[in-house]
Amino acid sequence: MEYSAKVMEHFMNPKNVGQIENASGIGTVGNAKCGDIMKVYLNIDNNDVINDAKFKTFGCGAAIATSSMATELVKGKTIQEAIKITNKAVMEALDGLPPVKVHCSCLAEEAIHAALWDYCKKNDKVIEGLKEPVKDIHEIE
Amino acid sequence: MNNIYFDNASTTAVRKEVFDEIKPYLLDFYGNASNIYDLAKKSQEAIKKARKQIADAICAKSDEIYFTAGGSESDNWAIKGVADALADKGKHIITTKIEHHAVLNTCKFLEKHGYDVTYIDVDEYGIVSIEDLKKAIRQDTILISVMFANNEIGTIEPIEEIGKIAHEKGIYFHTDAVQAVGHLKIDVYKMNIDMLSISGHKLGAPKGVGALYIKNGINISNLIHGGGQEKGKRAGTENVASIVGLGKAVELANAEIEESTDYITKMRDKIIENIMSNIKYCRLNGHPTKRLPGNVNISFEFIEGEGMLLLLNSKGICATSGSACTSGSLDPSHVLLAIGLPHENAHGSLRITLSKYNTMEEVDYFIKEICGIVSRLRDMSPLYEQFLERQK
Repeated sequence: MEYSAKVMEHFMNPKNVGQIENASGIGTVGNAKCGDIMKVYLNIDNNDVINDAKFKTFGCGAAIATSSMATELVKGKTIQEAIKITNKAVMEALDGLPPVKVHCSCLAEEAIHAALWDYCKKNDKVIEGLKEPVKDIHEIE
Repeated sequence: MNNIYFDNASTTAVRKEVFDEIKPYLLDFYGNASNIYDLAKKSQEAIKKARKQIADAICAKSDEIYFTAGGSESDNWAIKGVADALADKGKHIITTKIEHHAVLNTCKFLEKHGYDVTYIDVDEYGIVSIEDLKKAIRQDTILISVMFANNEIGTIEPIEEIGKIAHEKGIYFHTDAVQAVGHLKIDVYKMNIDMLSISGHKLGAPKGVGALYIKNGINISNLIHGGGQEKGKRAGTENVASIVGLGKAVELANAEIEESTDYITKMRDKIIENIMSNIKYCRLNGHPTKRLPGNVNISFEFIEGEGMLLLLNSKGICATSGSACTSGSLDPSHVLLAIGLPHENAHGSLRITLSKYNTMEEVDYFIKEICGIVSRLRDMSPLYEQFLERQK
């Protein structure tokens, strides 16, 4: 198994690590049992534009790199645009992932969706195509 | 800093002294040991010498040592060979939950072929429960297979006691001693061992060579069928050069046990003491004293192992983890789960395995780097964030 240079770059120097106080939307996906948890914080302005994104991730190199890339990709996008950023887009932006790590990119997509869902719920908004995130184990059991 | 190799339980470099011994058998003395001319005799003599070197190291007789292609073959042979030879007597085998996959998957294979296998539990330190072992024994039990020392957590099993129980009941006893040979003193008679697996590349011999000790009189079928090599028990033209290397490596390692143990244990204990006192929320896996001299296995809460390994690698340090991400499956190490670790803590484990070629300078450098790496990953971890919030 080998990571691309891009994955290693985003693992070694991840972008957007941290929390956002009073974030517009927060999404947590994955579970500790399987070894991956991603928590994404989004700040969204009055025009529905994502002006900041941060993350915290418990997981492997690919989990951290996909979190970093996914948060980079959604920054500056409207929520309508952000929902269209798929795991494939995250993977392509990272010059690919080893097959056993593809699920990390799915998790990154889900984390963004979960944060958008949280925002919509709080603000009574609807994004076409956005589904309620699957409830997973968020807690340290 | 050069490469710091802290993964000696995975494999080792071929030792210089071993390489020098091997070289003529690759270039000059390449004869097939089965033939009659002088060149072939060179090979025969070399194999004979290696057989004695290994027998001496484990207090066995020369004619009880059989060369194989490695530890996995030795384990497969011992278990499948006895299962086949004693099928009329019984079809029950006892092993443990923390064996190497060479034993576990061989047992699983036999289960598909009508055998019954009991995988006994270990305690929180990874030590086999003697009570459970006794309870598991049945009329039709033909084999007990328990590893000498565990490859992940370094725990040393009560081999002599297990062997005694097996023999009282007339059951064969096999031990996978791949991690023990050359590191721990072994006396196969005193320890009641009927079969013992050895691997070359864990102690400075090449990869692809190993041995199985089979006590004289043990009823075992062949695994590799073909020519009459190894007294008709293991076919295939002898891997003379590697066999020479195995003999030399075992002899050297065994002669150095006391000296190496002292030196390596000091490094091991320094790492353990420093990590346990400088880094919060971690746990030493395996037994504090009944453990291999070179083994450190620690779980760091709130973080995942692969990230640690990548960051250590960026500092030139080679290590391994029991996390799922490094095993290629969704489950973390079966050994860490067997000693009762929750999945999330098993994911955050780090294994360091030292050899006599490591130095205190390397240990100090590692201790310095690991503290930064753990805190860096914890700062990124939502589990740690949640934990800190709950502490408030």
